[in-house]
Amino acid sequence: MENLQLAVSGLANGCIYGLIALGFVLIYKATEQVNFAQGDLMMLGAFIALALGNDSHIGAPFWVACAGAVLAMAALGWSLERVVLRPILGQPQIAAMILTIALGFVLRFVAGAIWGHDPLALETPIAGANFSLGGLILGADEIAAIVVTLLLTGLLFAFFSRTRLGVAMQASSQNQLAAYYMGIPVKRVHGLTWALAGATAAVAGILFASKGSIDPGTGFLGIKAFAAAVIGGFGSLPGALAGGLIVGLIEPFASRYISAGYAQIAPYAVMILVLVVRPHGIFAQVSAKKV
Amino acid sequence: MSDALLEVRNLESFYGPVMAIRGVSLDVREGSAVAVLGANGAGKTTLLRTISGIMDPEKGEIRLAGEPIAGGDPDRIVRKGVVHVPEGREVFPLLSVAENLGMGAYTRRDDGVDGDIETVLRYFPVLKQRLGQPAGTLSGGEQQMLAIARGLMARPRIMLLDEPSLGLSPIMVRDIFAIIRRLKEERGVTMLLVEQNARMALGVADFGYVMETGQIVMEGPADRLERSPDVQEFYLGGREAGALAERRWKRRKTWRS
Repeated sequence: MENLQLAVSGLANGCIYGLIALGFVLIYKATEQVNFAQGDLMMLGAFIALALGNDSHIGAPFWVACAGAVLAMAALGWSLERVVLRPILGQPQIAAMILTIALGFVLRFVAGAIWGHDPLALETPIAGANFSLGGLILGADEIAAIVVTLLLTGLLFAFFSRTRLGVAMQASSQNQLAAYYMGIPVKRVHGLTWALAGATAAVAGILFASKGSIDPGTGFLGIKAFAAAVIGGFGSLPGALAGGLIVGLIEPFASRYISAGYAQIAPYAVMILVLVVRPHGIFAQVSAKKV
Repeated sequence: MSDALLEVRNLESFYGPVMAIRGVSLDVREGSAVAVLGANGAGKTTLLRTISGIMDPEKGEIRLAGEPIAGGDPDRIVRKGVVHVPEGREVFPLLSVAENLGMGAYTRRDDGVDGDIETVLRYFPVLKQRLGQPAGTLSGGEQQMLAIARGLMARPRIMLLDEPSLGLSPIMVRDIFAIIRRLKEERGVTMLLVEQNARMALGVADFGYVMETGQIVMEGPADRLERSPDVQEFYLGGREAGALAERRWKRRKTWRS
């Protein structure tokens, strides 16, 4: 029973890592750039929801605040691509990497300047609610994290496989030149991908904030999510989610059965192990690509 | 001044620091097939990429039915009816064959797409059995067929075909060219065909141009080009290879006359 309890809380955390990892993978697949500010986008999304919804700030209803944060982050993601990343399109990958790392710093300081560096809590209607199922105690926040992640993943899956724009996004990530030849507006697709990554980050941020407090340093969670994306195989959407769940599950068990310190190291140890054994990640699609 | 569907005038284009196209002019009439022959590095691919907007020209004009299109974004040029079937196939490897075909029609908003898939597949029956398969698992020849079929899905006014014979077996090359000929004759597809395989290309084309180091050095109706001693020698293998380099320079002057 104790193990089950650990698994549930691990899964809930893993869902959040998975959502951030999803943002990494979305942008990487579409633009071949790694957005190291993805964690900071999540942090910013959480803060915007908090600023809109908390009574001490604007005090809008919770759901309005959530929608507002998601829309604001989509707009921010779109504009970041348009203003910051598009000018360096075609430059070596390292340029985009350094740019997004710098972007992370900027977002962190902006958040710090606006909301301060002390931890703040997002007011949610589900805060503190618990259900007990048998001997198991399920937090409403944990259930929300799992359910919302499943829904969002399903939506994204349907979007990528069913809609014309989604298939075009896949197409331009698989063969950018051919996408140009087919008349797919590749640059606009990049912008929309960033918007999607921003919106996903906002959802992850709200879920994270409803499980505890946030401060501008929360964005460093992105590093753990990066490990998750690598474990899942950078470039695979289901892989990103699976990688997040793996990292989420490892943490509580490592902390329970080894020691709390090792729980911090465990995700990265697994990442290294996966890189050694299966360099393209668990869900790699690389083998299917024939040149 | 000309009633051609596609007109290229004094086009100059750079490939990085290299001037790959040095003042090329050519015409493609509606319903005709025009071949551009030339060796590796003659600038043929750069020419097509400049027309389709992947590369911007330095100088010169490109007009489609009289309307200037030079330097436009590739998606706008596709919308105007110019589709480029790139060399080396360039399919979307993880998308299914059907999805690849659907992407060919990306710029279209009408609902004739499903019907067109049926029509296009009549020319490429092999693809019909592979509709659900990822395009990356097809053979080279099948991928080339898919690339052409995908190009047709845009219902182009003109199709730019870049080296459809590249890297394929002789039998496959023959099959592909048989399809290209049928498309031209039965469906009246206008094409600009870039090829190293001069015999195949001139067999389909009405008119031909020979390109060398970024310039047109010779032009004429396809049957006349096919009989020309220079083309026979350099592109149809009329003389043994050893004499080639030397002869090339000696006879070059006569090419511009």
